[in-house]
Amino acid sequence: MPRTPKRRPVTALRAVALFGGALVFLFPFYYMFVGSLQAEPDTSPAGAFPTSGLTLDNYRDINARVDLLGSLVNSGIFTGGVIACTVVFGILAGYALARLRFRGRGTLFALVLLVQVIPFQLLLIPLYVLIVRGYGLADSYLGMILPFAVNTTAVFVFRQFFLQLPDELFAAARVDGAGELRVLWSVALPLVRPALLTVVLLTFIGPWNEFLWPFLVTKQADMQPLAVSLANYISNVAARAANPYGAVLAGACVLAAPAVGLFLAFQKHFVSTDIGSGVKG
Amino acid sequence: MAAAHAAAAATAGPVAGGDGAGRRAPRGRVTAVFGRHPVGLLLAAPYAVFVAAVFAYPLGFAVWMSFHDYFFAAPGAVVDRPFVGLDNYRAVLTDPQVRQAFGNIGVFLVINVPLTAGLALLLAVALNRVVRARTFLRVAFYVPYVTASVAVVGVWLFLFNSDGLVNRVLGPLAPDPSWLVNEGLAMPVIAVFVAWKQLGFFILLYLAALQNVPKELYESAAVDGASAWARFRSVTVPAVRPATALVVILATITGANLFTEPYLLTGGGGPNGSSASPVLVMYQRGIQQGQPDVAAAIGVLLVIGVLVVSAINRRLLERD
Repeated sequence: MPRTPKRRPVTALRAVALFGGALVFLFPFYYMFVGSLQAEPDTSPAGAFPTSGLTLDNYRDINARVDLLGSLVNSGIFTGGVIACTVVFGILAGYALARLRFRGRGTLFALVLLVQVIPFQLLLIPLYVLIVRGYGLADSYLGMILPFAVNTTAVFVFRQFFLQLPDELFAAARVDGAGELRVLWSVALPLVRPALLTVVLLTFIGPWNEFLWPFLVTKQADMQPLAVSLANYISNVAARAANPYGAVLAGACVLAAPAVGLFLAFQKHFVSTDIGSGVKG
Repeated sequence: MAAAHAAAAATAGPVAGGDGAGRRAPRGRVTAVFGRHPVGLLLAAPYAVFVAAVFAYPLGFAVWMSFHDYFFAAPGAVVDRPFVGLDNYRAVLTDPQVRQAFGNIGVFLVINVPLTAGLALLLAVALNRVVRARTFLRVAFYVPYVTASVAVVGVWLFLFNSDGLVNRVLGPLAPDPSWLVNEGLAMPVIAVFVAWKQLGFFILLYLAALQNVPKELYESAAVDGASAWARFRSVTVPAVRPATALVVILATITGANLFTEPYLLTGGGGPNGSSASPVLVMYQRGIQQGQPDVAAAIGVLLVIGVLVVSAINRRLLERD
């Protein structure tokens, strides 16, 4: 290969840039974890690599001020509700759009496309007025879940997967006398498990990390998801705590751990093409 | 998984009722009215109803609200909400805080969008070729994207505090006043924060686009003796142009939605409103100060702004 000598420095340079960048990207996470274990905040460069004085006191401290377990349960119910609605409505609509011919299908597909471009900022105030003031759903799980119950990206991902399935499968099942829901349940669903996993993972990040909407809907501390409780702690209480940053970082670790853990466990499933198909339609 | 069980419960329900009726009915008339698979309507209905209830209706309501004198009243109270024409828009456009917030978002976009698109493309190209330690590198760049803003805001506060690690490392070079309380630096720090936070998602989009670039283009460029940089500039960049248009539009929308970072990182848009975002002002006006009509008008203007920026961007990036 005549090109080999020229390519080597480029490859080395690329490796250095990539690993350097990766370390820069990961450093805040490392620092978050280290900071959450330090009794006294040490902001000197040496403090980033402590050798002693590590303690779990900050976790105890944040737990005394924010009900960690209760907030995590709230986050879990909110996230679980959103995922359940997204999967159910997404599968039904995705299957109908991909495999069934019914009147209004074109209109519905246009609607799906349209929903993707409506920005949430425009809906923020009317949704607040309707859900909190109109329906009285403040401080309720339903109020938190409602605006996220349908997810157009999920409809796209499912539609994309259902479209890839061969026609013969469906024809055979129909010839055997299976009804449409039976076909969906027994033939199509088992084949779209990978899509199901993708959608669950993609959907999980949204509500678990969502701050603005639950922040608007929940005023009672015992209904708030962890992101909201922690944010309130950062903006109100932190100034008065013994080691405020340590406590904030401990809370941040608790909030980050489930999403990061899930991502690490399933990172192979965050495939670029799934996200691409979701965004491009 | 919990979600799968929920799906099972919900889909199993209507099997008996909806299906039988659809199949046994006289084919001709039903088909003429509802299409070949009328059950499709039933399956798509929940989605359609939800879209109408939480997107379409609030969307119309927002526009309606912005043209009326809307205020919070006791539940059930019948109050007069007179049409006020463009009054709310006039109030918004003459409000110095709103104008500052729109200016701030301009600063944000000028820094964030080129940084996001440029870094995401470079990293995607580099990641695409890498063979060893691929998983580690991918994870490193995606982790900020999957983590809650509120959690990583905590550590950035710690890092960029006046006595924080960044200033300790910089020593005498540290800015005074410090990053997040400096009028000129607060918004740029937020723009860099959001670029770091979202980059993983945009790298994914570019990786997907790179799969579709024909290999022959690189081969013929290499035969012509083009350097790596020349190949990147004349093959990769034009080939992923549609993805770039998408990345720029999505980064713009992300920027226009900015709320959590100025709310927490700079204590509500400080100093002196220099990092306030339009959504933050919407929240303050609409919910804290009880003027949802004015807030709705800010929302409409913001969306018009995003549409204009997207249209300009399409013109610039999608021409041949």
